[in-house]
Order: sequence, then C-alpha cells, then structure tokens
Amino acid sequence: MSDLETFRAETRDWLETNCPAEMCEPVRDDDDVFWGGRNATFKNEAQKAWFEACVAKGYTVPEWPEAYGGAGLSPVEGKVLKQEMARIKARPPLSSFGIWMLGPALLQFGNEEQKVHYLNQIARGEIRWCQGYSEPGSGSDLVSLQTFGEDKGDHWIVNGQKIWTSYADKADWIFCLVRTDKSDKYRGISFLLFDMESEGVSTKPILLISGNSPFCETFFDNVKVPKHQIVGELNRGWDVAKYLLGHEREMISNMGGGDGSGSLGKAMKPSLGTDAMGRLDEPILRAQLAELDVDALAFKAMAERFMDELKTKKNHPATPNMMKYVGTELNKRRHELVMSAGGSEALEWESEASGGGAKSRDWLRTKANSIEGGTSEVMLNVISKRILELPDG
Amino acid sequence: MPLYLNDDQAMLQDSASEFMKNEAPVSHLREFRDMNCKDGFGHALWKQFAEMGFTGILVSEEDGGLGLGNVEAGIVLEEIGRNLTPSPFLTTSVAGVEGLNAAGKDMRDRWLPGILSGDTVLGLAIDESTKHRPENIAMKAERSGNGFRLNGKKQFVIQGGSADMMIVAARTGGTAGETDGLTVFAVEKDAAGLSAESARLVDSAMAAHVEFDNVEVTADAVIGEVDQGWDVLTRMLRAGRVGSAAETVGVGAGAMDMTIDYLKQRKQFDKVIGSFQALQHRTAHLYSEMEVARSAVIKAQQLLDEGNDGAELMVSVAKAKAGRATNLAVREGVQMHGGIGMTDEYDIGLYMKRDRALAEFMGDANYHANRVAEMNGY
Repeated sequence: MSDLETFRAETRDWLETNCPAEMCEPVRDDDDVFWGGRNATFKNEAQKAWFEACVAKGYTVPEWPEAYGGAGLSPVEGKVLKQEMARIKARPPLSSFGIWMLGPALLQFGNEEQKVHYLNQIARGEIRWCQGYSEPGSGSDLVSLQTFGEDKGDHWIVNGQKIWTSYADKADWIFCLVRTDKSDKYRGISFLLFDMESEGVSTKPILLISGNSPFCETFFDNVKVPKHQIVGELNRGWDVAKYLLGHEREMISNMGGGDGSGSLGKAMKPSLGTDAMGRLDEPILRAQLAELDVDALAFKAMAERFMDELKTKKNHPATPNMMKYVGTELNKRRHELVMSAGGSEALEWESEASGGGAKSRDWLRTKANSIEGGTSEVMLNVISKRILELPDG
Repeated sequence: MPLYLNDDQAMLQDSASEFMKNEAPVSHLREFRDMNCKDGFGHALWKQFAEMGFTGILVSEEDGGLGLGNVEAGIVLEEIGRNLTPSPFLTTSVAGVEGLNAAGKDMRDRWLPGILSGDTVLGLAIDESTKHRPENIAMKAERSGNGFRLNGKKQFVIQGGSADMMIVAARTGGTAGETDGLTVFAVEKDAAGLSAESARLVDSAMAAHVEFDNVEVTADAVIGEVDQGWDVLTRMLRAGRVGSAAETVGVGAGAMDMTIDYLKQRKQFDKVIGSFQALQHRTAHLYSEMEVARSAVIKAQQLLDEGNDGAELMVSVAKAKAGRATNLAVREGVQMHGGIGMTDEYDIGLYMKRDRALAEFMGDANYHANRVAEMNGY
C-alpha cells in the first residue's frame, strides 16, 4: 500500500471510532453547527465528543502545523480526509471565521507569537471571531473606510462604525480594518485584532428580509487597542485584507453546489408529480432543473480543479473572484428553483411543517450571496481587469 | 488525480498547439473551403497527424499505438477547435478507434494500421433523424446466410463520402427505443448497395446521407457481439462526446481570445472599447463560463480514463456545458466585433459556424441536459 492509501485506511478507522453517528446527520437547526467561543454550549454529547476528538487530533484545522493546533497534514492528505469525511457525511466539528478567514491571514502575515497564541485558540474553538470590514459609506468601495485609530504611543484609540459584521453580537474578538493614516487611501489602513468586550464596543443586530439577523452594526467609541495587536505592518492592512478576501470568496463560492449538495431535481421528485415515463410532469421546470444540474456539476468540477491548482499555485491570483461570482449566482438560481419546485408549501414562513419557513428564509438569505464579500459586479470588474487585462475606462 | 494536466500532458499540449498553429491555422480551413474540396479536409495534413503520433493516442500499445486516454485526445482536440482545423481526428481516431478497441484482433489488425499511418478515414453511421437519437435506431440488419443484409438510411455521417470504412449501428433484434438488439458493423466503402451523398455543411465540413440497399456483410464484420452493440456504441459515444466537448471548448477559447484582443485594439469615442464596463462585464462572465466548461471537460475525461461509474453523467455534463459556454462565446464574439464580425473576411464568423456544427454532433446541449435529468432519476 502507498503511504496515501495507508493514510486513507487509518483515517477511515479513526473516523469510525471517533465520529458519532448523530454527527453524520444533515444539519437541520442553527445549533447543529458548533461555532465555539467563550459562551459556547454543546447541543448534545455527540457534538461535544466529535469536537473534542477533532481538537485532540488537530482535525479542526487539519492542514495547519501541529505547533498551531493543526495536524500538519499535506495538501493531498487534507484532500483524503475531506473525501473520507464527505463519504460518511460527517459535519465539520467546528465552524469558524477564525478557521476560514483570520487563520489563513495569520499564517501568511502574523508574527510567530501571534501565530502560536491566536491560531491555537482558533483550533481549540476558544475564541469566536467576527470580521469588521464594511462601513455604512464603504461597501463595494471598501478602501474608502473611515473608522479611525488615533496613535497614542503604545496603543490606538479607535472610533467609527462597521456594518454587516456577521454574528458580531455572538463574537468574542474582531479582526478589523482601521484607518491609521488619512493621507494615503490604500496605504493608510491597518489590520487590528481586539476583544469585543473592550470598553466602547457595542453591537446592534440588523433584521433582514429573511426575518433573521445574522449581521450587526458595530460601533466603536474610544476603544483602546494595544499596538501589539496589529497583524502585518502599520498601514499595510489592505494587503492582509485582500489576501483574506480571497479566502472569504473561496468560502462563499463553495456554496452553490460546489459542496456537493446533489441534484435538486432528484430531491424534489417525491413532492412533484411524474408522468408515465417517470419524468417530472412539469416539463419547463424539469428543463430548468436539468440545466441547474449541468451547471452545478460543472461548477463542482471547477471547485475541485481550483483547489488542486491552488495547492500548486498554478492558478491566477484573481481566480477566487471568479469562483465567488459563479458560485453565488448559481446558489441564487438553485434557491429560486427550490421555491418554484416547492410551490405553495415553500411559501410557509412560520409553520412547523416548513421548519419555521426554512425554504423561504434560505431563499431570501441567498440574495446576499452576490452582495457580501464583494458584489458580483465588483467580481466582474476584477476578472476583466486582472485576469483579462482589459483597460480602465 | 489532480484536475490539471501533468507534465507529459502539458508537453503534448505544447506540441499540439505549435503543430496546429503552424500547419493548420484558420487559413488552412479557408484554403480547403475556397477550393471546394470534396473531402472537406486535407489528406496531407492527416498524414502529418500520424507523423505526430496523434492518430494513435487511443490505440493500445499492443496494437501499435500510444495507449493514452481521453485527456490526451482532448488536448489535441482543443487545439483543433482553437484553430478550426479540418481533419477526421474526432470521428476516426477518437470515436472510431474506441469502437474498434471493442472489436476482435482480426478486425483491429485490418483497420488500425491504416489509421495509425494516416491513410484510413472512418465514417460513423449512427444518426437516422435530424436530431441525434441513438436509442431510436431502427435501421435493419437481417441475418442472411453466414452474415447480415443491411437496409436503411443514415445521415450526418461526417466525411462519410471520403470514408474507407463505415461503422454502422443497426438493429438485429428488438424495436426502436430498446438498447438490446443493436449490432455494430464495419462496412467497407465499396460494398455493393452502399451509396453516400455528401453535402457541404455550414462549417465547410462534408457530411453524407448514406443509403444501405441490401448491403451484404459477413459475420466477421460485426464489432463486439451480435445484439449487444449498445455496449460498443456507448463506448464510441462516450469518447466522441467528451472529445467533441473538448474541441468545443477549443472553439470557444479561440473565439473568446480573438474577441478580447479586438476589445483591446478597437477604438470608438476616442477610447479602446474594452474599457467600457458594459463589455467588460459580459466578457468576464463569458470567461467564467468557459472556465467552468473547461473544468467539466477535464473531469469527464479523467473519470472516463479511470473507468469510473460516474463518467457517463459527467460526459453529458461536459457536452452540455461546453456547448452552452461556447455558444455564448461565438455569439458575443460576433456581436462585440460589430460590423466586421459579419464579414467573411474576419475569422470570428467561422468560429460561430463550427460551434453550430459541433454542437449537433452526438447530441446537443438540450439532449445532454435531458440525459443528465434522466441519469439523476427525474
């Protein structure tokens, strides 16, 4: 057996022993997802056991070095673990912006002390992070952000407001873009980390069209941030932010069927009528579902290719923008079809049968996919300028 | 297997790219079109394909070929697509060879050497109606003495008028719509009762309407097993479909690159038109679609080469997606070129024509999207 086959066999055994059957059920409720943090509670023993086994093995962040709480797996080993988890439909043991976003940025830009401290916290799920990027006046034009950190020698005093801060009301710490030099638009921003319990931080949830409030407005009123809590160089936070946005786009693009959500047409068949040939008896809806399957399977192949190429640095650095554009537009289309195929039952907003209006709320939630983390239009700008090298207007 | 070309495949891509660019660029297609060539391709070029080793990509090493797979065949096809190179490669060296790979040794020895040397051209006699419906094949092959007697009509047989042998799918049992009862035959061009009438297609290729009027063949002409021809046909169709998807991606990529170059040169309102956001967004969308299509194609090729059960589904995904994306590429290409896009002098229109013809070959995007729905059980 090759080393990789041995690794696969060992991984299967390990999963067999350590992943409880309940953790292979589909996610149904918000609390089926474990986010960690200071105030985290486990929904049940299985969730706790699975999380703790993964922490001990380094499998909350399998490809991070062991010194930072990972398992030090190579990219191919990481892919094998992912495949084996997908095979048994294992839930992620820990969901976290720390893993998806801050971690990769720290690995790239953090100093050794920061890596040891923050990455281990993230790997063990001790701190729940949120991201402070957008501001009321700085959406697509993010670099115009105004939240200001005044230099006070060994610390900054931060004042300003962020918006669309995901789960700010539940987060322990924030990674935040703060202007530290008003004279230079791009080279006047720093990437700061600070505790959401610091004096002067307050949050206010925003009620969305889905009826849910996953985002907040976040206010900073004379918040004191020690100087050692900067990642990367002073005034070079935009470099960190851009790098991290790549990871965010990658994450968002994983929706839309790139995660293997399966054939919607197949899933909807039981609730729709079929003709004598066993085909959905609404031919135009069937055709739309077929086109969606084609695009979703093709996109899944592109997501796989993207990850493979990423590991050997073969792809253009702006590729995540394309992934984000295609993945989010596809996901919106999928949910439009979920609603069409679901008919009047999908309209239910509060009934128990509808899971509290899951279909309609999810459908509305997807409308943000092509806005958050850079709009589709901004993605198209980036593709045309950076990949296709079309000139500025 | 990672979803990108390995070092050997990248080398093949380099040499195929150089070869097509130098030996058979778009001007080569124009030359053959303008001389009203009865074959629609050049035999000298076909010999050069053989010298490059391309004709043996899917032929096993045992039979004197390279024993490579659909990824490698696709590399050559993409360059063919990009240059609109007219050749019998897809029908003869890809789908045809895959059919012959299912045949016995005598049959392989009879036909493969000529294909390897670039002398032999095959015709694929599958379609019987204006749309590709292989499951509905009705043409009859009745037992006659030691062999079979073929009666019926086939159409859209690419290069059928130039073919030395035709691979013919006909019914020895069952009725149209059934997969059992099909048999695949190798019929030589000079068989009595066989007639082919060629017509030039929109992309300047030649395709034949073929008539079988009591054509007698011996039992040795059967490829695979009698009544089990669906297996042979499936093998040919998979290779032909994923191959045509690869060629389609080449056509789309060629059209897109040409269009992007044009956007960077053409000036209106004192500005390069590529600086207009209305065009940038459409071009970026097109680029994304082409990348998705390219990914689907290489995934399908790899699954097919691995003998993976999921290959059939992915082949249809690839054919459908490549068709949709490239169709967008040629339509946007003509539109963004403006008036000159409508002229025969500019190449972009030739890409539009090739896309149309390739889409129809072995099932268009609608056909394959429908198959995806069927394979997914709805």
